[in-house]
Amino acid sequence: MTDGMAPLLGPALGLSAILFSLGVAGVLLRRNVIVLFVCIELMLNAVNLTFVALAQLHGASGQVMVFFVMTVAAAEAAVGLAIILSIFRHKQSVDLQNINLLRG
Amino acid sequence: MNASQWVWLTVALPLAGFLVNGALALRRTPARAAVSIVGPGVLIAAFGVALAVFFELLGQPPHEPHIVTLWSWMPAGALELNLAFQVDQLSAVMLLVVTGVGSLIHLFSVGYMREDPGYARYFAYLNLFVAFMLVLVLGSSLPVLFIGWEGVGLCSYLLIGFWFTEKTNADAGLKAFIMNRIGDFGVLVAMFMLWRALGTLDFAQIAARAPDGLDAGGTIVTLITLFLFLGCTGKSAQIPLYTWLPDAMAGPTPVSALIHAATMVTAGVYLVARTNVLFAMAPLSSAVVAGVGAVTALFAATIALKQYDIKKVLAYSTVSQLGYMFVAVGSAAFAGGIFHLVTHAFFKALLFLGAGSVIHAMHHAYHATHSHEDAQDMRNMGGLRRHLPVTFWLMTIATLAIAGIPPFSGFFSKDEILASAFARGAEMPIYYLYYAFGVVAAFLTAFYMARLIAMTFLGENRTGTEAERHLHEAPWIMTGPLLVLGVLSAVGGVINLPTFAGGHHALETWLEPVTAAGAAFASLELPHGTTELLLVGGAIMVGAVGLLLGFRLTLGRRIPSAREAPADTGLARVLNRKYYVDEIYDAAIVRPLVWLSRMVLWKGVDQGVVDGAAVNGTARLSRGLGWVGSRLQTGQVGVYVVLFLVGALWILRAVIR
Repeated sequence: MTDGMAPLLGPALGLSAILFSLGVAGVLLRRNVIVLFVCIELMLNAVNLTFVALAQLHGASGQVMVFFVMTVAAAEAAVGLAIILSIFRHKQSVDLQNINLLRG
Repeated sequence: MNASQWVWLTVALPLAGFLVNGALALRRTPARAAVSIVGPGVLIAAFGVALAVFFELLGQPPHEPHIVTLWSWMPAGALELNLAFQVDQLSAVMLLVVTGVGSLIHLFSVGYMREDPGYARYFAYLNLFVAFMLVLVLGSSLPVLFIGWEGVGLCSYLLIGFWFTEKTNADAGLKAFIMNRIGDFGVLVAMFMLWRALGTLDFAQIAARAPDGLDAGGTIVTLITLFLFLGCTGKSAQIPLYTWLPDAMAGPTPVSALIHAATMVTAGVYLVARTNVLFAMAPLSSAVVAGVGAVTALFAATIALKQYDIKKVLAYSTVSQLGYMFVAVGSAAFAGGIFHLVTHAFFKALLFLGAGSVIHAMHHAYHATHSHEDAQDMRNMGGLRRHLPVTFWLMTIATLAIAGIPPFSGFFSKDEILASAFARGAEMPIYYLYYAFGVVAAFLTAFYMARLIAMTFLGENRTGTEAERHLHEAPWIMTGPLLVLGVLSAVGGVINLPTFAGGHHALETWLEPVTAAGAAFASLELPHGTTELLLVGGAIMVGAVGLLLGFRLTLGRRIPSAREAPADTGLARVLNRKYYVDEIYDAAIVRPLVWLSRMVLWKGVDQGVVDGAAVNGTARLSRGLGWVGSRLQTGQVGVYVVLFLVGALWILRAVIR
């Protein structure tokens, strides 16, 4: 595998890894649900970047997959934002610490 | 036409009667007319079939029994059980007795139970009983017999507790059922042992294989017969399981006549006669059978001396007479036992139905005068001869029969039993003691029967003048069967007339093919000549003296009515309270058992171990585990995410490796 066949593959994968790690760190560390949500989007798009980068080597299917991920992400955004809205109406807060209805 | 092939009809007809009457019993409106026709009708039809079967056997007595196989019941490996009926000389006799006496008692019941709200239910049970009783006497193997054995027990329970709204009646039914279950356990064990020892449960096969398959006088055959006899003591009310029979008088009186005097309770005697080869091979068991019979005969007769309830006297008399039958079969006089069974069925059914007629009259008289006296207490009767002449004369015949006065039927059968026990004494001296017991019991029998007749029918009237005017003889539907039974009680002895009376032991000869297997091991030479005549003369004297003394002592003094009578004292009290056997059983067995059930089995095992440890313990354990697990659920999304990530990384690591 050479850069000649797949230009910028290494930097693209590196950026993707950085973005994904940022997303994971955000989900783990932040408590604001909106920020959490943004971080999830970040992870999804990091994965998208990987798909696109690797599509150079493995054909168009990676790029097609990106469209699927985008579609799912859009649906997820719609549903997720609706959930966040209703949580906010219910609790007057978007702080995760206050949302623990599942506690055993 | 081959009548034996149709013998299943005798079972099917009463069974159909049970279904029809049972269906009618469920209707809201009583269908008395239909029940009155179906109930006794099926029995009379069955009696007709039984007569046809009997006359066929009489025409050409077979040496091999006819086996009528209906269907294969339990084919399981070596066990090949058919639901089959066996028609031979013994079952023919029983068939005639059960359907014949049964028909008469069904007819009597039409009059006796006329006003009972449970009329249809009563006949349904009674029909069912006859069906099971016929399965019992016709069954060709022990398991088929056992169906009938259990079935009659069930019907007995249902009919004793027929008026179940009173708790004592329901309790009496339960008592009978439980006592019988103890005996049934013995029959079951005997069956298992027989199967192991001989590999068959068919009566014909048992008779064929037992002589080679078992050691005569050995442990196994002794144990088998003792377990069988345990069943007999339950069903036939012998010591120690007899206490249910007097309580069984809680049922309607015709039931007492049919089930608890004439037929069901003689099933034990029938069983011993049916398996005669086994008992003949086990002299020790036979001695036990005769011994228990003799002791029971004497013991029950003494209790009967001081009972005031007319049915209780007859109940103890039944126990006592059943004891006689066991003395006979225990002395290897199997035909003699069956002979007494038949004559006893006649005169005891007559006595009970006569008592029913008396109670019927007393009940109506008290009902008409709104009196609340006890209609069964003999102290309230007296002088009923003037009002119930037919009943009086017929019951007198039955009394002479049971007391052993010639030429009435009981004389011949009882005399043969005593002679058999005496003859057996030559081999085993203990039988002389049984003979003595039998003679004393015969004396007491005559005495208490005379007392019963005297207190009920003779002397001054104690019902009260108001009630006396309402006393009247029962309708013809009740006196008719009494008349037939009266004739049978009087002349029933002809079926087995001994040689000194000009006969030739017809029943004994008739039953020979059945008893031959047993006779090969224990033949019985009845006394002849002077000894025989002395024994007979002694028996007659004992009976006559007992009767005379009974009349003299009872009529010699004024009898206070039940309300005024002072409590008995001393020995009379002990006899009246039946030697306190019920109380002793209650203290020694029932109470400890109830205590054990309540404190150990209920509170300890059930509530403590089963409920506490097993059921609630499991629940508590899972709840505890669930609590531990629920501590993991913080509800904090962050924690879930961390765990999720850790899990994902762990899986990823596993995949990459």
